[in-house]
Amino acid sequence: MDLYQELILEHSKHPVRAGLREPYVAQAHQVNTTCGDEVTLRVDLDGTGSEAVVRDVSYDSIGCSISVAAASVLAEDVTGQSVAEALRTFNAMRAMLTSRGEDSGDEEIIGDGVAFAGVAKYPARVKCALLAWSAFTDALGQAGVDLDATTDTTTSQDRTEPSRRIR
Amino acid sequence: MPAFDVERLREDFPLLTRTVRDGRPLVYLDSGATSQKPRAVLDAERSFYEQHNAAVHRGAHQLAEEATDDFEDARATVAAFIGGAADEVVFTKNATESLNLVAYALGNAGAPGAVGGADPQVAARLQVGVGDEIAVTEMEHHANLVPWQELARRTGATLRWIGLTPDGELDLAQLDQVVTSRTKVLAFTHVSNVLGTINPVEALVGRAREVGALTVLDACQSAPHLPVDVRALGVDFLAFSGHKMLGPLGIGVLWGRSELLAAMPPFLTGGSMIETVRMEGSTYAAPPQRFEAGVPVAAQAVGLAAACDYLTAVGMDAVAEHDRRITAALLDGLARRPWVRVLGPLDPQRRCGAVAFVVEGVHPHDVGQVLDDSGVAVRTGHHCAAPLHRAFGVVASTRASFAAYTTLDEVQAFLDALDRVPAIFGISTGDDEPQSSRPAATDTLTEDAVR
Repeated sequence: MDLYQELILEHSKHPVRAGLREPYVAQAHQVNTTCGDEVTLRVDLDGTGSEAVVRDVSYDSIGCSISVAAASVLAEDVTGQSVAEALRTFNAMRAMLTSRGEDSGDEEIIGDGVAFAGVAKYPARVKCALLAWSAFTDALGQAGVDLDATTDTTTSQDRTEPSRRIR
Repeated sequence: MPAFDVERLREDFPLLTRTVRDGRPLVYLDSGATSQKPRAVLDAERSFYEQHNAAVHRGAHQLAEEATDDFEDARATVAAFIGGAADEVVFTKNATESLNLVAYALGNAGAPGAVGGADPQVAARLQVGVGDEIAVTEMEHHANLVPWQELARRTGATLRWIGLTPDGELDLAQLDQVVTSRTKVLAFTHVSNVLGTINPVEALVGRAREVGALTVLDACQSAPHLPVDVRALGVDFLAFSGHKMLGPLGIGVLWGRSELLAAMPPFLTGGSMIETVRMEGSTYAAPPQRFEAGVPVAAQAVGLAAACDYLTAVGMDAVAEHDRRITAALLDGLARRPWVRVLGPLDPQRRCGAVAFVVEGVHPHDVGQVLDDSGVAVRTGHHCAAPLHRAFGVVASTRASFAAYTTLDEVQAFLDALDRVPAIFGISTGDDEPQSSRPAATDTLTEDAVR
């Protein structure tokens, strides 16, 4: 089963940056109505607008291995990124997950997120992988980030810098 | 009647021969969500469309006559299947609509002029308002819970419920406190769609009658598995869906006692359900037409009647006996796996249709995904019974559910597939040799999992 990559199982058993922390500028909650899985996610930002830097992402995720691992990879990927970079990561993740397997993902942008490429072949599980991302963008919106202005479909040649990786 | 032969019966279900996920034989254990359909049902619908299709109860032409006859014959067949009279059977789009129909009728029964000429005593039984109580149980499908919550909200009545015992039965010790002289209606499921528990209808109906409350029975999970007879059950209303009992999607049934239906105001209004319409107001047709607004779902009714005929030919007693064999084999297999916790009664005589379980430490979605990878289709999630899961302290569960076409080989295939789960997710099976004693599939899977 290419769905359960070692990276996903590892993240689900030992989620990175898990737990809800202070301080934070916005908190969002998402529920997967079909299974009752929930994620509460907090974002702390340094600065304002799309140039603000994601100082911390903390979360409490109750759910399947895919949804817990997705929250973990999200926190790992976007912490330290600018809001614009984080949204680019989100867009790349979403594009891959909704591609039905056509888009295998760019590790330079989504880091460990590429392990989720197999999820795209299982439409019923895409929501699991996007649950934390929905909470993340919701929280950014609450924090005053203009998601429409900063959300784009930037391709690799437009990228300024690969995402910073924090382990 | 010939002896029950499941292999012979399976030949009637075209879908069961297909493969899934790279050529694996389909093991369909999600019949509780929706059942597969025998050719007789598909043929009946097709034949209606090919030969008799017309708008029922309209038109003076021959096709309209034939379509109307087909539709009304279907009503008689369905009525006979549950031991009721034809004019007590209302066709709806599904059981959810049937239950909402009753809830809305009760909510509207108190409105001025709700039904002209209704027997005042019967009308009084139907009216729900402030100070009244509505009783349900904690094991209800959302379809038999949310409409009653909404009825309570709209009318100012209070919703009360009977809780569960740890082994997944209704806690009858609470019955007399929950169902009292203030109770106007007691709505409960015949068989739990999660736990498989067969509820003690007689005790519940007995208490409701003592206090003068109406009873509404959700028979969605009993109609496909057990003989259902509305007179023997003694309930006032009974709802079920066609698609869970080998019939088509898009058709449900509400059976109600004729004197109650006669005093009920309509739910959906429009064409077909009227008597006379003037600009100043309208009067309504007698039941069942009063509750069937719009062009009737004739092809689906014909398909459902074919499903009833099919099940009758097999014999509901034989279906029930087969179900008990499957349930017993599955419970036995799960009992040998200490890492699995079954929800609901462990005695196969006290349940039917479905077995829900939890693999400690592994989310049901992940369990279901591994099963799916082996070609085994199950349901994962809360199965539209979130409060039930909350009562058991879990968010969700995995459910294997059956139909007359389920085989013991499929139960074994399910158990074999389930045995892949511990290795993939690294949980202990409680054995001395945790994974090495598992089938070969486990080993190949482990390689896959760590690729």
